[in-house]
Amino acid sequence: MKKIVVITAGLSVPSSTRLLADLLGEAAERAVEARGAEVEVETIELRPLAHQLADHLLTGFPSGGLATAIDQVRHADGLVVVTPVFAASYSGLFKTFFDVLEEGTLDGTPVLVAATAGTARHSLVLDHALRPLFSYLHAVVVPTGVFAATDDFGADGALQKRVDRAAAELAALVAGSSTATPAAPARTLVADELASPTPFEELLKRASEGPPQY
Amino acid sequence: MTSGCHVNYDGDKTTTKQTRGEWTMQIGIFTVGDVTTDPTTGRTPTEHERIKATVAIAKKAEEVGLDVFATGEHHNPPFIASAPTTTLAYIGAQTEKIILSTATTLITTTDPVLIAENYAKLQHLTDGRVDLMMGRGNTGPVYPWFGKDIRQGINLAIENYALLHRLWREDVVDWEGRFRTPLHGFTSTPRPLDGAPPFVWHGSIRSPEIAEQAAYYGDGFFHNHIFWPPSHTAQMVNLYRERYEHYGHGPADTAIVGLGGHVFMRKNSQDAINEFRPYFDNAPVYGHGPSLEDFMESTPLTVGSPQQVLERTLSFRDYAGHYQRQLFLLDHAGLPLKTVLEQLDLLGELLPELRKGFDEGRPAHVPEAPTHGSLVVAAGGAKDATVYAEADAVTGSSDR
Repeated sequence: MKKIVVITAGLSVPSSTRLLADLLGEAAERAVEARGAEVEVETIELRPLAHQLADHLLTGFPSGGLATAIDQVRHADGLVVVTPVFAASYSGLFKTFFDVLEEGTLDGTPVLVAATAGTARHSLVLDHALRPLFSYLHAVVVPTGVFAATDDFGADGALQKRVDRAAAELAALVAGSSTATPAAPARTLVADELASPTPFEELLKRASEGPPQY
Repeated sequence: MTSGCHVNYDGDKTTTKQTRGEWTMQIGIFTVGDVTTDPTTGRTPTEHERIKATVAIAKKAEEVGLDVFATGEHHNPPFIASAPTTTLAYIGAQTEKIILSTATTLITTTDPVLIAENYAKLQHLTDGRVDLMMGRGNTGPVYPWFGKDIRQGINLAIENYALLHRLWREDVVDWEGRFRTPLHGFTSTPRPLDGAPPFVWHGSIRSPEIAEQAAYYGDGFFHNHIFWPPSHTAQMVNLYRERYEHYGHGPADTAIVGLGGHVFMRKNSQDAINEFRPYFDNAPVYGHGPSLEDFMESTPLTVGSPQQVLERTLSFRDYAGHYQRQLFLLDHAGLPLKTVLEQLDLLGELLPELRKGFDEGRPAHVPEAPTHGSLVVAAGGAKDATVYAEADAVTGSSDR
């Protein structure tokens, strides 16, 4: 069973960001199933986690629903991430969620980036803001990003075409991820280390490797 | 407990300042030495006031019957916690029984040679009432001030402690490592009191590597247990216990575990909440974040009546197992000295019930935390470890 997690940072109810997230989630589900794999799609709304995200910045640990959300992301085979455009970039709420993820959480994870705004003039936000962010996080960003301005939700079907293409690209990575050998090993997370601790002799060896530091 | 006791090796008469008491659990306090504005008055103590207050708090801790006083180490404002052995020696000179410890000693940025010397000296001065807790420190700029790099934090902790461990156990050390200039034919002086190095705890909130390190050496593991949820503490303690057994030091439930704790008490629990709330809301680290109520629910923080503190504290065993040392944080966030001393009185009144509670259901094979006295006995008795040298070797004859 594959798991795709959709993260949406819309603030209003209903929100066009959530609308786009749902379109992408449904398309991704169809696309993975079309490849003969079973898939489960879960959606995380960041709005109800806003207080817990601010708390995490100050306390250093996730509480309640945020801890659950981070756990969902850690175990996801692929992500769909959708943000409204605020001041020519992703929203602060959206960024904060990725700020508090432990380093290495998204290593090698396929990600579909998407954004909404009132006007198509913001469409390069996908390539100027979201792609660099997820590149930094060592995620694998699919080639097609989906940007939807308000008037894209009209009837001509162009948005659905882009949604389906992006979803198909994500599905190709997600459905294939059980057999593919990752190009580089993912960074070790605290949870991995707790489950399988590095023996002390190895820690000692690692400590002394590298050039002298004095 | 068996407290610090210098065993007299001079002849066959064995003297101990402390004999085994009625209880098994070490209960004490730890401080980070923060100089913080009291949010209720707007007043900030001077460094001098805070340093003297720290001494008063430690003396009061002994007076109310606590077993351990531990100080942190910081090298930047707003802290007065630099030079920890100076503070501990001064306190040691004015106390009789309390164990002097650290929370933590910065094993990353402090030269292990200086740690070996300073704490062995403290052992001699206080007749063995010393142990210490290793920590890495999470203040980025401190590392470069001491010529180190925070990205090497784990590696520094691993290698520096490996050297420190040898300096206390081998009279003459040859050493080449990555983080310190080599040592050839080096003897750290003074040698540990009675030939028994101080017991060491390793503290870490979220680095499994440090639990692994503590387990490898058969040292103690301490979890701060203040800032994070109990589930996280449980994971770290369980890992340490499993690995302690793996390395052949004994069954997992005999590993040496210490926990922090954070309490504020008044006879009436609502009074405690009302009085502590402004300190909580403005505290360093978590202030201006979660509500007091949320934080009490998600972390071990307990603000309430002594009975609530008793019940919450005794529940730590539910996820950490029977453990050896409980240290409380009482004196931070700008709480005035008078209030801290009142808190110590309340903790002192609670001690008999805490000790009784901790002993209930405790299997006989669960050990006490090692002390100087027990370590000397375990080593087969005290031996003077002085390394004598020729006078010329001391003064450096080649210069003349």
